[in-house]
Amino acid sequence: MVAETGHFALILALLVAAVQAVVPLVGAQRNDAALMAVAKPAALLQFLLAAAAFFALMYCYVTSDFSVLNVAQNRYSDKPLFYKITGVWGDHEGSMLLWELILTGYAAAVALSGGKLPRGLRTRALAVQSMVSFGFLLFILLTSNPFLRLDPAPLNGQGLNPLLEDPGLAFHPPILYLGYVGFSMAFSFAIAALIEGKVDAAWAHWIRPWSLGAWCFLTLGITGGSWWAYYTLGWGGWWYWDPTENASFMPWLAGTALLHALTVVEKRGTMKAWTVLLAIITFSLSLLGTFLVRSGVLTSVHSFATDPQRGIYILALLGVVIGSSLALFGLRAPSLKSGALFAPVSREGGLLFGNVFLSAALGTVFLGTLYPLFADALGLGKVSVGPPFFNATFVPIIIPACIAMPIGALLAWKRGSLKIALKRLMPAFFIAAALAGGIALMMAGHGRFIAAAAAAALAAWILAGMLAGVAQQIHLFDAPFKTSLQRLFKLPRAFHGMTVAHIGMACVILGIAGSALGRTQSIQIMHTGESVQVSGFSLTLKKVRDDIKGPGYTFSRGTFDVTSGGRPVAVMQPEKRHFAVPPEDTTHAAIRTTLLGDLYVVLDGRDEKGGYITRIYYDPFVVWIFLGGGMFAAGGLLALTDRRHRIAAPERKAS
Amino acid sequence: MSLLTRKHKRRGAFLAVILIALSAATFLMLRAFSENLLFYFLPSQVKEGKAPARHDFRMGGLVLQGSVKKDGLTVHFTVTDLHDSVPVVYTGILPDLFHEGRGVIVEGRMSGPDLFKADQVLAKHDAKYQPPEMTPEMKKYMQAH
Repeated sequence: MVAETGHFALILALLVAAVQAVVPLVGAQRNDAALMAVAKPAALLQFLLAAAAFFALMYCYVTSDFSVLNVAQNRYSDKPLFYKITGVWGDHEGSMLLWELILTGYAAAVALSGGKLPRGLRTRALAVQSMVSFGFLLFILLTSNPFLRLDPAPLNGQGLNPLLEDPGLAFHPPILYLGYVGFSMAFSFAIAALIEGKVDAAWAHWIRPWSLGAWCFLTLGITGGSWWAYYTLGWGGWWYWDPTENASFMPWLAGTALLHALTVVEKRGTMKAWTVLLAIITFSLSLLGTFLVRSGVLTSVHSFATDPQRGIYILALLGVVIGSSLALFGLRAPSLKSGALFAPVSREGGLLFGNVFLSAALGTVFLGTLYPLFADALGLGKVSVGPPFFNATFVPIIIPACIAMPIGALLAWKRGSLKIALKRLMPAFFIAAALAGGIALMMAGHGRFIAAAAAAALAAWILAGMLAGVAQQIHLFDAPFKTSLQRLFKLPRAFHGMTVAHIGMACVILGIAGSALGRTQSIQIMHTGESVQVSGFSLTLKKVRDDIKGPGYTFSRGTFDVTSGGRPVAVMQPEKRHFAVPPEDTTHAAIRTTLLGDLYVVLDGRDEKGGYITRIYYDPFVVWIFLGGGMFAAGGLLALTDRRHRIAAPERKAS
Repeated sequence: MSLLTRKHKRRGAFLAVILIALSAATFLMLRAFSENLLFYFLPSQVKEGKAPARHDFRMGGLVLQGSVKKDGLTVHFTVTDLHDSVPVVYTGILPDLFHEGRGVIVEGRMSGPDLFKADQVLAKHDAKYQPPEMTPEMKKYMQAH
C-alpha cells in the first residue's frame, strides 16, 4: 500500500512538473502576474510529492517489504537499522529518487528565498528547473521505478554490496548529489537569463550563493569519496582517475571556473557570455556524470545495473538539455555585450588566466574519460586510458594556474600593476626558493628529489603568497599593528573564505606530492612473532585470530605491535571480513594517521604454509589531501555567510 | 586611434596566451595519449596474435576453475574466454573479488609465446561485474560456478 502511494506521488509530481515548466514561463513572457504566481506553490508541491515518494520507499526498506522488487534486490533483513535507511540510496532506483528529491528541494528553496530576487528571473528559473525535473521524473517512472512489485515475494533479499556498508559512505551519495544537482540552479538561472536576454551584475549576485553552495557540497562529496577509497579499498590509494571519479571531478573543475568567472561578472560586468556558457557546461557535466555512472557503460563500485534502456534515456535527456541550451546560447550570446574595457594585467585578467587553465585541464580529463567510449562506438577497438595519461596531462596544465594564483589575488581590478604585486610576493618567493633548495640538498640522490622540491616550493609559494595578500589588505607593517588587527576582523568573510580555500590548495599539493613521491611499501609473508621495518617503524605480528563473529560476517584480525626507535607507538589491528550474502571478502586496513604521514597496515589472508600475507605502507603527508579538501569546502562556506549575500543586489538597470 | 590599437594589442596578447595554453595542452595530451592507451583483448585474440608483442595491453576473461596455484606471493592462473586460454603469472596481492570462475582483467604483456606476465590484476568491486564482450556461454559458465 505504501509503495503504491509512493508510486502515485511520483506520477502527481510529474503532472505538477509539467504545469510548473509551462504556465509560469508563459506568464513571464506575457508579464501576466497570475500565471507567474503559479511557480511558487507548484515548486513547493512538487517538492512535497517527491519527499512523499522518497519516504514511502524508505518505509519499504525499514519494514523489509520484500514484495517490492527494489527492496528484495538490495536489502537483507538482518542488517542494522542504519543500513536499512541508507540502503535506500545504495542502488540505482533509490539514488535516482534521491536526485529528484534534491532537485525539487533546490527549486523549493529558491521559491521560498527572500522577496528580493527579481520576479521575472525567479519565475523563469523555476520553470527551467521544472523542465529538468520533468525529464528526470519521466526517467524514473519509465525505466527506474523503485516501487515495482514482486510476486511472489521472496523470504529474504539479495543484500547490498558489503563494500558499500560503511558509515562514511552512507552519507557520500546525498552530499555528492547536493553538489551535482545544486549546479542545476546555476543552469536554470543561466537559461532564465538567456530567455530574458539580460546578464548583469545583479544576475551574477543571485546565482553566486547557489553555485557556491553546490560547489561546497561537491567538494565535500569528492573529498569524502576519496577518503573512503583510501581507507576501505585496502590499497592506500586516494584517487585512481577512475571514470566514475572523473564523472564528479569534471563538474567540480567547471564549477570552480564558474565561481571565478561569476566574480568578474559581478565586479566588472564582463565575461558574461563565457560565464553563462560555464553554467550550462557545469550542469551538463553533472548530467553526463550521471549518464556515465548509471548507464552501465562503465563498471565499478558505482554501477549498479547494466540496463541499456536507461543509458539511452539519459543520453537522450543529455542531448535535449545540452542541445537546446547551447542553441539558445548561440542565439542570445551575441547580444551579451560587455561594455567594460578588459586589461590583461588586472584581477579579472588573472581570473581569466585561471579559467583558461582550468578549462584546458577539464578538457584533458574529458578526453581521457570519454575516449574509450568513442573508440568503442567507432569500432577503433577496446582501449582504456590509465592514470599515467591523466598525470602526464592534468598536472602540468594545472601548475601554471597554481603559480598564478597568489599573483592574480594581489592584482587590483580594472588595471593592476604586476610590479607592485611581485614586490609584495618577494618574501613568498624567497621562502619557496629556500625551501626548495633545502629539500633538494637534503634529499639529493633520492629518486625524485627535484619533483619533491618543486612541489614543496609550489605549496609554500601559494601559502605565503595568499598570506601576503592578507597582509596587503590589512596594511600590515605599513600601519600600527593594532590597526592592522582591526582591519583583519573587518575584512569581508568572502575574502577570508577565498584565502582559506586557496591555502587548501597548498595543503592538497603537499599531500599529493608526499604520497605520490614519498610512499614506502613492504609486502611479505609473516609468521607470528616476526618483525618488519618500514620507514623507521618496526612492526611485529603478535597474533592472528580467525573466524571471529561480526554482525552479518566473520572476520580474521591481526595484531601488530608498532615501535619507533625502541619506543612503543601503537597497536594496530587490520581485519579481513568474509560476508555470506552476497559472498564477498572485504579488507579493513589499520591506519595510524599523523600530520607527518600515515602508517597503513593490511592483513591479506594466509598462505598454505601457515604464514600471513601482509602489506605495510607509509604515506608521508597524505592526510593533508583530505584536510585541504576540507579547507576548500570551509572556505566556500565562509564566503557563503558573507554579508553581501544577505543584502540586496546592485540595482538592475532598466533595459 | 592610438587607444584602439592599444586595445587591439591587448586582445592580441590575450589570444596569444590562450593559443599557447591550448597548443601546450594539445601537445601534452597527444604525447601522453600515444604512450598510455591500453588496448583490450580476449584470450582467443591473443592466441591469434592480435595483441602487441612489445607493448603493454589488457586481457579480460574468466579465471578458469581449478587453475589458481599460489606459491608465496606469486600466483599462476589461467584466463579463458572458453575458446582459448592464456596462462598468467602475477606476483603481488590479488584483489578481494578475485575468484575462480569470475571475471577478471589483467594488465601486462606476453613473456614468451604462452605466458602473460601481469603487473596488475583487476577484479572490479562489483560481484555483478562482467568484462566487456562477455559471450553468452561465458555468462553461463559464471553462473554454473
